[in-house]
Amino acid sequence: MDHLSLDVAHMFAGGLVLVSFMLLYQDRMFGLLNIFALHAVVVSLSVAWQAYIQFAPHLYITAAIALVVKAIIIPVALHRIIVRLGIHRTIETVGGIGLTMLAGIGLVALSIMVMLPITAEAGTLTREDLAFSLAVILLGLLMMISRRNAISQIIGFMSIENGLILAATAAKGMPLVVEISVAFSILVALTVIGIFLFRIRERFDTVDVYELERFRGGHP
Amino acid sequence: MIETGPLLVMAILFVPLGSAALLALFPDGRLTGQLNTLASFFTLLASASLFRIRPDPSQFLIVDDVNIVFIVLNTFVAFTTSVFSASYIAHEVETGRLTPTYLRFYHAMYQTLMFAMNLALLANNVGLMWVAVELATLTTVLMVGLYRTPAALEAAWKYFILGSVGIALALFGTIMVYLAASAVVGEGLNAMAWNVLVRHADAFDPHLLNLAFVFLLLGYGTKVGLVPLHAWLPDAHAEGPTPISAVLSGLLLNVALFAVLRFKMVMSANSGALAPGPLMVTLGLLSVLYAAFMLYRCHDIKRMFAYSSIEHMGIITFAFGMGGALANFAGLLHMTYHSLTKSAIFFSVGHIAQVKGTQNMAEIRGLTVSHPLLGWGLVLGAMAIVGLPPMGIFMTEFLIITSTFARQPVLAVALVIGLLVALGALLLRLNGLAFGAPHGKEAPSQASFVPMFAHLTLVLAAGIYLPPALVNWFQHVARLLG
Amino acid sequence: MALIYDLFVQVAQLLLVLALAPLLTGYIRKIKANLLRRQGPPLLQPYRDLLKLIRKEVVLAENASWIFRVAPYLVFATTLIAASLVPTFATGLVFSSAADLIAIVALLGSARFILALAGLDVGTSFGGIGSSREMMIASLAEPAMLMIVFTLSLLAGSTQLSSVSAFMQGPDVGLRVSLGMALVALIMVAVAENARIPVDNPATHLELTMIHEAMILEYSGRHLAVIEAAASLKLLLYFSLIACLFAPWGIATAGQGVVAMAIGVASYIAKLAAGGLLLAVFETGTAKMRVFRVSDFLGAALMLGLLAALLLFVSRSV
Repeated sequence: MDHLSLDVAHMFAGGLVLVSFMLLYQDRMFGLLNIFALHAVVVSLSVAWQAYIQFAPHLYITAAIALVVKAIIIPVALHRIIVRLGIHRTIETVGGIGLTMLAGIGLVALSIMVMLPITAEAGTLTREDLAFSLAVILLGLLMMISRRNAISQIIGFMSIENGLILAATAAKGMPLVVEISVAFSILVALTVIGIFLFRIRERFDTVDVYELERFRGGHP
Repeated sequence: MIETGPLLVMAILFVPLGSAALLALFPDGRLTGQLNTLASFFTLLASASLFRIRPDPSQFLIVDDVNIVFIVLNTFVAFTTSVFSASYIAHEVETGRLTPTYLRFYHAMYQTLMFAMNLALLANNVGLMWVAVELATLTTVLMVGLYRTPAALEAAWKYFILGSVGIALALFGTIMVYLAASAVVGEGLNAMAWNVLVRHADAFDPHLLNLAFVFLLLGYGTKVGLVPLHAWLPDAHAEGPTPISAVLSGLLLNVALFAVLRFKMVMSANSGALAPGPLMVTLGLLSVLYAAFMLYRCHDIKRMFAYSSIEHMGIITFAFGMGGALANFAGLLHMTYHSLTKSAIFFSVGHIAQVKGTQNMAEIRGLTVSHPLLGWGLVLGAMAIVGLPPMGIFMTEFLIITSTFARQPVLAVALVIGLLVALGALLLRLNGLAFGAPHGKEAPSQASFVPMFAHLTLVLAAGIYLPPALVNWFQHVARLLG
Repeated sequence: MALIYDLFVQVAQLLLVLALAPLLTGYIRKIKANLLRRQGPPLLQPYRDLLKLIRKEVVLAENASWIFRVAPYLVFATTLIAASLVPTFATGLVFSSAADLIAIVALLGSARFILALAGLDVGTSFGGIGSSREMMIASLAEPAMLMIVFTLSLLAGSTQLSSVSAFMQGPDVGLRVSLGMALVALIMVAVAENARIPVDNPATHLELTMIHEAMILEYSGRHLAVIEAAASLKLLLYFSLIACLFAPWGIATAGQGVVAMAIGVASYIAKLAAGGLLLAVFETGTAKMRVFRVSDFLGAALMLGLLAALLLFVSRSV
């Protein structure tokens, strides 16, 4: 594998981690949607590049799905939902931004320390991409934990998905990647529809203890 | 000559799928329940015939010793649940809790869920199994939120979020396993096939397998309901329709545990990998203790039995974690008995909720007086689930405790404490529910009692006498599990 | 002979830096004015301002200590040393073995420390505000700067500016996302350190918005002239740093002939002009941030630096 291919793949994967951090940082809903569209674009570019250097044309389909569904359809749909349902435009977080960012850096370091020694026998590209995809997955998990909003939890989940797509393409020659990414996309699409149909505005957290008691089914 | 084996397997998969499509389009509400039952019956026949005719494994599907009993169990409980559901759901439509459109949706989703679970059990391909479990998650999420009340929507949302995170982690573990396998077997579908994986497992890189197993245990473990990943389970059981609670507890938890077991087999075949046992033992014991104590704080009857499911899944995981022929045997039996007993209990709980009009245990009293058949059915079921002899669960719990005591006495003591605490809580509640003077609404019960008593009879019979063929089969699989 | 030549080139760099600094400041001010459709002050105005200030009388507060009187010269000295160490038109000069990135960061840090002390010295509230804000910025900007230094030295294998610059000119660099991140982080740190918009407005004297200006509010006469000269030297230093690290084309190496040196000087001036234009456009197009947002801004720079180092670490251990 020549230097340029490796460098470009590394650039895309590293860029994906950077965009995941940008996702963590957002505190406005529409900004979050735009950054997520960017996330999906970077993932589809990365997968398309992998398709090119691995000579695996079926990965182009995965890249196209990621681009069309996640970079265009879902952000537009979520945008409409936010406007229609009147969801709050700011995102409340659990813990400060600074703490979340530091935790994010810790997670990236952790995933690098875990993945690199384990994959010692695989190729350079696989090792790097797996380390970065684990980092993206963990950052997506952090985002889901530190947000109080249904929409931002979905976006966190979709960024986990993007990390998984990156991991699946990094594992050379894995069959069924296209099918798996289709399955995931269907899952998310149905949920987005579900949010709209069931009008889930907020996550069901509220400070009112009476409401809390009621929604915990009376008592645990 | 037509190959009957593959034909049967195709039937197990496509009868549910086809009937799902049919049920979604079928306009007449009264017949959908019957159609549902009919489809489940045919699937059951197809899977029972697998005992006689075993097809060869293909790239994507396999019927081997490990999954055949689970398939039959799955289709059997699906059939009995559909019998219960036919009359139960009809009553729900009458009371107005469900509209006819949602009735069609419910039945279509039910058959899709069956398809997904059968596919997960039959899959020879790790990725295909993952897709099937994901599909099962999706259908159950949609069904948990069926009543569209705020509490139901919250339960469905929580289930979706936690289930999806679990699915995502499980996919990462699957990719790791593929990576380990492809280094030895070569790229392509072969590196994802169970029979190939188990054969070559010893040559895989142990570090990759370790990391993969951690992710897989956490991912699929979320679907099994192991503490601390269990938060979705009580809500999902309490807010969804009762047949779905029965299917969740009785079948879906088993399917998820089956996935963990498959991977455990691969791990055990590799001598350098981390022993999967201690992880499973820890999670299992934690689940048992946590659920046992939480049982005291429940006020909703379905919630209580949901925690009981968590406890039993904990016991089973503990048993498989301990390993060895006896504990594995007991774990497999326990999976079967729990499936049958818990679904029987949920059938009775469904009746109770309909006749009393509430799920709050404070308002349900004296069932043996007002509805004798129902009341004594509940008593029998509760005694079975708690582990009193002569029901089957007593024997399996006894076997697990003795085999643990021989190796790790401290763990056995902890397990016994958990079991006793749970026994106390359930019997305490049962006393209030079944005995005493009845009060509250007393509508006549309209759903069928047959499924409930059928299951309980099976469990009672198995507790007293288990046919040698079945014992031999379970012991054989227990040895395979390592 | 060669030694005298080298010494001459080194001294020439020092004088060049000293001479160009006020010109750069005037150039940036002129462009900002033109962008706002004003005439603006003439290009050489900063020189006239400095001369005017030198001739004026120094007015000292009653309770000013010796720190207050000595601080401007110390700040100027450290900044001048740092500025003359950064390669402008040639690398590998006589003092280049002392031109270590970390040494430069340390020199600038000490200048900042002395200035903050001077701001606190007279006991006015403006000085206190300025010093505390300056230190808050420093507590984030310095780690970010060190992360950037770490990234660059991981790549180049040394912290010496000459080596890093030579490495960046060479063919081994490749397309690296870490370098992009380091560049963006360095620009953000440079904006913060030099008290430019969006961190601090160099032309304001409003209490809510001053940082650097607040610290030097009490200064007058030749002291103020020296401090202003130091400020423009610092701006030139950062420009030279970015140019020699990320746009090193045209820099001559020591020992080459006069022609190479001349090309070096010409390319350096061109880079300064381009950089000044970009800075002026950026400042005109952005609004100043509120002070509590500055920590977010610099936190982003720190994150970028950390990420750049981490990514580089990954690609090196693979």
